[in-house]
Amino acid sequence: MARYIARRLLWTVVLMFAVSVVTFVIFYVLPSADPAALRAGRHASPQQIEEIRHKYHLDKSLLDQLSFYFKGILLHGDFGISYVNDQPVAKLVFSRLPATISVAVGAAVLWLLSGVAIGIISAVRRHSKLDRTTMSLALVGISAPVYWLGLVALYLFADDIGLIPLFGGSGSYQPITEDPLAWLNSMILPWVVLAVAFAAFYSRLLRGTLIEVMGEDYIRTARAKGLPERTVVMHHGVRAAITPIVTAFGLDLGALLGGAVLVEIVFNIPGIGRLAYDAILHSDLFLIQGTVLLAAFFVIGANLVVDVVYAYLDPRVRYE
Amino acid sequence: MSTPLLQVENLSVSFNTEDGVVKAVDGVSWSIEAGQSLGIVGESGSGKTVGGLTLLGLTRSGRTTVSGRAMFEGSDLVSMGDASLRAVRGKGIAMIFQDPLSSLHPFYRVGDQIIEAIQAHSQTPKKVARARAAELLALVGIPDPKARLDAYPHEFSGGMRQRAMIAMALSNEPRLLIADEPTTALDVTVQAQILELLDRLRRELQMALVIITHDLGVVAETAEQVAVMYAGRIVEQSPVNELFSQPMHPYTWGLLRSIPKLTGPRDEALLPIPGRPPSLISRPKGCAFAERCAYAEDACRLTDPLLATTADGRRSACLIPHERRMAAWPALAAGGTEADALKVVRGTK
Repeated sequence: MARYIARRLLWTVVLMFAVSVVTFVIFYVLPSADPAALRAGRHASPQQIEEIRHKYHLDKSLLDQLSFYFKGILLHGDFGISYVNDQPVAKLVFSRLPATISVAVGAAVLWLLSGVAIGIISAVRRHSKLDRTTMSLALVGISAPVYWLGLVALYLFADDIGLIPLFGGSGSYQPITEDPLAWLNSMILPWVVLAVAFAAFYSRLLRGTLIEVMGEDYIRTARAKGLPERTVVMHHGVRAAITPIVTAFGLDLGALLGGAVLVEIVFNIPGIGRLAYDAILHSDLFLIQGTVLLAAFFVIGANLVVDVVYAYLDPRVRYE
Repeated sequence: MSTPLLQVENLSVSFNTEDGVVKAVDGVSWSIEAGQSLGIVGESGSGKTVGGLTLLGLTRSGRTTVSGRAMFEGSDLVSMGDASLRAVRGKGIAMIFQDPLSSLHPFYRVGDQIIEAIQAHSQTPKKVARARAAELLALVGIPDPKARLDAYPHEFSGGMRQRAMIAMALSNEPRLLIADEPTTALDVTVQAQILELLDRLRRELQMALVIITHDLGVVAETAEQVAVMYAGRIVEQSPVNELFSQPMHPYTWGLLRSIPKLTGPRDEALLPIPGRPPSLISRPKGCAFAERCAYAEDACRLTDPLLATTADGRRSACLIPHERRMAAWPALAAGGTEADALKVVRGTK
């Protein structure tokens, strides 16, 4: 197992290298504004622009620029400078990370708990009114776009523009370290909006798997042993049906930690998603690179964690 | 005569399906005394498994209708509430199944699954239950039982898995063990070991055994009484020796004749029973076996035969008079054709 993890970690480095090369190439192939001109700002003379072009190696070939970039990372831990903010990319990204973690982790807890609970109840009471109602609502939840749901939530419940002002609205984000209560108040709507689609998907996924598992021979054995039905469902059924949920949860959370773009924009939360969005708008190459690398890191990391957890959950799975 | 351990009376089980009501078990009666063994034989779809599952309430659902009685130690398993029935499951009556790999939970250690069975019916401390689980594994002949407690089902061989299932079934010292096709998924050599084990445990623990199988070889080794089922009903019940030496029902004749003989020439054709069992949704009028029976008379297609008891306590359901049937089997057993036997049955020879 340890050797397996070591090999996977090595692959992580290779993959992240490949990801940043691809991002670099895409940036140069696709049309965008001249980065040097952007960096120089308005009313810069052509001479200033040329100086900047030289200073940031923008006059060099693509290959040279790449090698400067990776040398910076490997030798100095330097992920480059944001042209627009004039700040180191690493610093910018880390300053935005807490907001994204707040959004993603809070929503994840919410959707995991509600999705699993609804999934179990629907599976156990299959074809009941409750099952039909929750599954229809889940279909709506999966189909509703997050940005639309976000706007509806703001329109209904935001404390500035809402019909029933209950929770913090767009732009009310406060870091948890400064004012925990204000932080919680500002997070509730984003959490709920982000969690709806995931909860809907998870409940349908778990319902389907659990119904299948409850028809397995080992469930019949558990009943024949004289176990209470509750134990049969929770200890034998859910235990076996939960594995696809674990996979989905790891990957979804990993992807969101790389930036919950839509929710961060609708609710104006200063997280990685907003940062990446702004970086793309401004053709801010190194900042784009930084956010892409971070997202890649979380996705690849989540995959590794899921695989390791899977081996723990299912004793038949063994890696070498 | 003492009260039997389990007395099944007129048990019927039907399922509501989209195609109609499937009558899987249709008025079946049998009984078993403490420490005895009964084999229930039949082809797939004859209702033998459904009957076994129904005794433990494992077929209960909104789509299932169960009628009749099954008196076990003074109470009726059919009308019993879910909570009381759960107390019987695994404690009064235990059950093992066909495929031990899919019947054990793949994610839990074998020992933990046995401990769970022990603790389902008593407040046994974990340590005590674990020691008991090791004893049980030793009892069913698993070597190095203490270490084996921590193994997962997929780390066991097929035979060991079925032994572990048996150990789990024995964990609360049930008075009755229902074994549903316990050897069908196993290698032939392992089959014999498992059957020997079941027979030994029945004698040592004074535990009654109902063995459900399609394989006459299995009942020959383990059962004292044999009930032959066809299309949801018992068509013959005999002590095991008589079943093989003097079978009473044409369906049993067919089953016995379809077993290949070691003594015959190698290229000898097998003798299957022609046709298929009838639909359980719309049962034909008259005897359900008439369509496939070489000896059927016109009356067989009109009148449903009753399960009649003979003077020596055997039972069979056939309209052809008992004496004529008893005369026909020797002709078949001696290698005669069905045409020869038919002459005997008709009394033309």
